[in-house]
Amino acid sequence: MMLLTIPFRTLVGREVQRFWLVATQTLLAPAMSATLYLFIFGYSLGSRFPDIHGYPYIQFMVPGLITMGLINNSFQNTASSLLIAKYEGSIVDILTAPISYVEMTLAFALGGMIRGLGVGALVLVVSRFFTPMPLAHGLYLLTLVIFASFSFSLLGFLASIWAERFDDMAMLSTFLLLPLTYLGGVFYSLDILPPFWRKVSLFNPLLYMIDGTRYGFLGVSDVNPVFSLALILAVAGILFTTAVLVLKSGYRLRK
Amino acid sequence: MKDRSGNSPPGSGCGQTPALSIRNLHKSYGNVEALRDVSFEIHPGEFFGLLGPNGAGKTTLINIVTGLARRSSGDVSVFGHDVVQDYRTTRRMIGAVPQELVYDHFFSVRRTLVIHAGYFGVLNPGPRVEELLDRLELRPHENKTVMQLSGGMKRRLLIAKALVHRPPMLILDEPTAGVDINFRLSLWELLRETNAQGTTILLTTHYIDEAEELCERIGIINHGKFVALDRTQNLVRRLNEKKVTLVPQQPITALPASLTDLNATLEDGGRRIILHINHNTADLNDILRRMADTGVPLIDFRVEEADLEDVFIHLTAGRGSEKSATGKRAGKQPATPLQPDRA
Repeated sequence: MMLLTIPFRTLVGREVQRFWLVATQTLLAPAMSATLYLFIFGYSLGSRFPDIHGYPYIQFMVPGLITMGLINNSFQNTASSLLIAKYEGSIVDILTAPISYVEMTLAFALGGMIRGLGVGALVLVVSRFFTPMPLAHGLYLLTLVIFASFSFSLLGFLASIWAERFDDMAMLSTFLLLPLTYLGGVFYSLDILPPFWRKVSLFNPLLYMIDGTRYGFLGVSDVNPVFSLALILAVAGILFTTAVLVLKSGYRLRK
Repeated sequence: MKDRSGNSPPGSGCGQTPALSIRNLHKSYGNVEALRDVSFEIHPGEFFGLLGPNGAGKTTLINIVTGLARRSSGDVSVFGHDVVQDYRTTRRMIGAVPQELVYDHFFSVRRTLVIHAGYFGVLNPGPRVEELLDRLELRPHENKTVMQLSGGMKRRLLIAKALVHRPPMLILDEPTAGVDINFRLSLWELLRETNAQGTTILLTTHYIDEAEELCERIGIINHGKFVALDRTQNLVRRLNEKKVTLVPQQPITALPASLTDLNATLEDGGRRIILHINHNTADLNDILRRMADTGVPLIDFRVEEADLEDVFIHLTAGRGSEKSATGKRAGKQPATPLQPDRA
């Protein structure tokens, strides 16, 4: 069975060891950021905000913070791993190894998912010190975060293949991923936006991930949760197919 | 017998299947033709040298075999398996040492070897890793990260990585570039030993003495095209030339007139007279007689066979190539181009 091949397991192991060796930077730093958000916006200022969908502001915010940590770290793991390997030239070790394109894509994605889900879990643990979190739809939540993490790992994978310099990657992170994340409803509900900006927000795919996670925990959502999950599954499928095809084509990896 | 991955070992039961077969290989980068109709084979267990000046196409050829570059047209197979259609099989059979010092800075030397073995499907790499740590003298550095190693040690690690899965074919792209003489000699010994155990070796190098010392057959490539392919001894013999050195007792200021029609040159400030003579037709008695007539006493007289470096210079001179790594002078008269054999 493909997933049991030694090269596949080795590549997944390498990806996990890579971020584990610098865990302060890859796991603890995002957990620390989430803690500060919880303290400042949730604990200190949150009491001044009205309840949203019947939940205190701090409870409303936690699913957004979890999703933010999850997708950012899934993206960063594959993006930095592959870009550094390209920069140092060690990518040749993987490109000349007997690993299929599907295996390579899945192994990198799995590495990103483990880090992303790890950060998400850490944020959840930290949030318990500030507020209890209900779990309204566990299976839905698990499916959604797995595929959201898978999608962003693949996005990081594709971005690192495309990027030729670290600056290219910084541009993507700063001018695309960061605004989409903050404008995807981490800190607010769509209901507070004027109608025009509410419609604009519906084109932000991160909205569905954040809103879906919130539905999984709290059982409330701004958009149809079934549509959110279906959209994320579709995006994951498209990104996976694209990643395998790009890898097979040799684009920016093989001469 | 099956290997770890369940495949039959290359060479066993494949009779005359070449270790590497390249047929009509073309590679273009835009309008630049990097390889032009290259065809040759390497036999199982052979030690093959690939020579050529910078930019001749050696690395491109190797990259196509290992999967780092895509061919424009032609066929490339390793032990009978196509490098594109059956890439997982061919890559498992190849251990490659790249020209550049590439490394993964996150891991220690030991961990790097274990990971690399895993990429190639080795289930229990421990014993092989231990063996290579000792053989490549990496033991004192096993727990250092690769960034902490010197250039020579990084080069050793690259070679250990290429050998860690016991590949039936080893490809080395200028493995001794920038290493000290002791490492160079110990690498030669390791390569001879590896080859004696049945591993086919394809070596590219700038050190022509290295190729002459190690390789059974040599291909010379220039501007993407093979200009010679033969046994090393045959290549040297085919140049059909000997070098005669006459050393006068005292330096002379001008070349004796009686030697000018033999295309002699005066070198080293008048301390040596050099002549290049035809291997079959030259008359050494005539040269000595003419020298005696000049009245210039000689203290030495040497006749040297052409070596591989002479062949290399001969075949690549005047075609935009550089001088060889050992710095011999180029500029001999070009002879009829040697045709590559297609054996």
